[in-house]
Amino acid sequence: MDAIVVDEVRKRYGAIQALDGVAFSVRAGEVFGLLGPNGAGKSTTVKVLSTLTKPDGGRAEVSGHDVVREPNSVRRAIGYVPQSSGVDRDATGRENLMLQGRVQGMGGRRLEGRVEELLELLGLADAADRVVRGYSGGMKRRLDVGLGLVHRPQVLFLDEPTTGLDPEARASMWGELARLAEGEALTILLTTHYMEEADQLADRLAIVSRGRVVVEGTPDELKLSLHGEAVEVELSDGRAADAEAVVASLEGVHEASVDGRKLRSRVASGARAIPAILSALESQGIVVEAVTTHRPSLDDVYLHYTGREFSAEDEAGIR
Amino acid sequence: MTAVRHTWFMVGRQLRNLMREPIWIALLLVQPMVWLLLYGQLFKRVTHLPGGGFGTTSYITFLAPAIVIMNAFFGATWSGMAMISDLDRDVLPRFLATPVSRISLVVSQIVRSALIAVIQGAIILLVSIALGVRVHTAVLGWIVVLLAAALMNSAFAGLSQGIALLVRKEATMIAIANFIGLPLFFLSSTLISIRQIPHWMQIAAKFNPVNWGVIAAREVVLPGTDWNSVGLHLALLFVLSVATAAFATWTFRAYQRTI
Repeated sequence: MDAIVVDEVRKRYGAIQALDGVAFSVRAGEVFGLLGPNGAGKSTTVKVLSTLTKPDGGRAEVSGHDVVREPNSVRRAIGYVPQSSGVDRDATGRENLMLQGRVQGMGGRRLEGRVEELLELLGLADAADRVVRGYSGGMKRRLDVGLGLVHRPQVLFLDEPTTGLDPEARASMWGELARLAEGEALTILLTTHYMEEADQLADRLAIVSRGRVVVEGTPDELKLSLHGEAVEVELSDGRAADAEAVVASLEGVHEASVDGRKLRSRVASGARAIPAILSALESQGIVVEAVTTHRPSLDDVYLHYTGREFSAEDEAGIR
Repeated sequence: MTAVRHTWFMVGRQLRNLMREPIWIALLLVQPMVWLLLYGQLFKRVTHLPGGGFGTTSYITFLAPAIVIMNAFFGATWSGMAMISDLDRDVLPRFLATPVSRISLVVSQIVRSALIAVIQGAIILLVSIALGVRVHTAVLGWIVVLLAAALMNSAFAGLSQGIALLVRKEATMIAIANFIGLPLFFLSSTLISIRQIPHWMQIAAKFNPVNWGVIAAREVVLPGTDWNSVGLHLALLFVLSVATAAFATWTFRAYQRTI
């Protein structure tokens, strides 16, 4: 059964078409990643699914409930961890969790036990009765996740769970999330603009760009869908267009594209193609600064399906 | 029922956080004391002005109930700050993704604000008693003064919450609170008998909700209580409270549409 179904959902904020027919589905029990640059529509998708905002068109269901027609059923079935920490910083960790449980209709012994269990699970037991203001970034984020989990939801939404964390805290958060997904029998939808995070955590992922899903699959499927290896040539002067034409005409080169001084191509075998590329460029008098080759990454997948470079779009993006 | 329970949870959260900050408790108590003790002494002779109209020769007796109201009023103008802080920190979106009663998120801010005004009011009254003030109508008088404080506060807390949800910026909120606060305060009989102020101000004061609260509270403290006037002014404050609470709820819906 699908835990989440998103069908041609549209949402416009003023002049910005945040969602332009986004569509995907998530199976129960899986960790699904929405990967895309800032401004691609990931957060808006999560806001629609968590009933914070109403879509202009299309249909979305969570745990079998329509987000527009049965918002309260959806709210009971989900946990939502917003992008910027939604904790009450002037309260303690335990107080935050207790209040969250109460508004989800829990109480008494059952709630106290659950809060204790979560504090233990998230490694916050020692800090439970301290005011959140004094927590580290990683602790705050773990508490955020705890707030989403108090009422044992079926689906958990994590909007950029590790943005703003240092690398160490990020790595420990990843471990934490992987364990939760196992232990709590959860469906997790996470959004991220870290390729590595999607690669590591998601069973399946969808790449989102400009309010649409451009491709969907497991990280391996997506990478394998790009045959061969990526070769990146850094040029020293401005003859990028010439270089592109030269390389694209070579045998064994599937695809070539230019981005500033970088010429990217995909080839069947890097070891065989590089000498050919270099000599072809040299014969045209095009000077090469550096050459690198690697197996396809999600970056290459992104480039392939959108025709744009991920990092450049990420910087240009406005939420 | 759910709305009432959720309102109580949210009020509890805010009061608990407030009480954890000792500086706040001090600020809550010290400021009204400065008015009562320093201002009350500074101008103690105004009751002897020709033309009178004070209803007592003890300025502090005249002043005490009005300070309770003034304090409730100023507290209310700032009450939207807590809403802005919740907005800034994404606390509201987190709650909005739960089945929490929507109206409780707004109403709890008003209830919290009014409760604090009542607690402060009781302390101001206690200190006043120690200074020799007699509440003419005894226990009933206490109840009326504190009720007037609660209504005074909620009437403007509703407005403040609504403005907070519209402007969503601290700096703007501070400017508006000052813009509303001081004129309404001075256009009232809080500090001096209505007979002593210029004619145009007397007329303006009639339409000033701050003055409604001052009249209701002062009537029950001074001898010769006019209960009709007390009832009328409390009723006016109640109607205003309902109206501003409705305004705050409406702005909350407007905020939800922007998410």
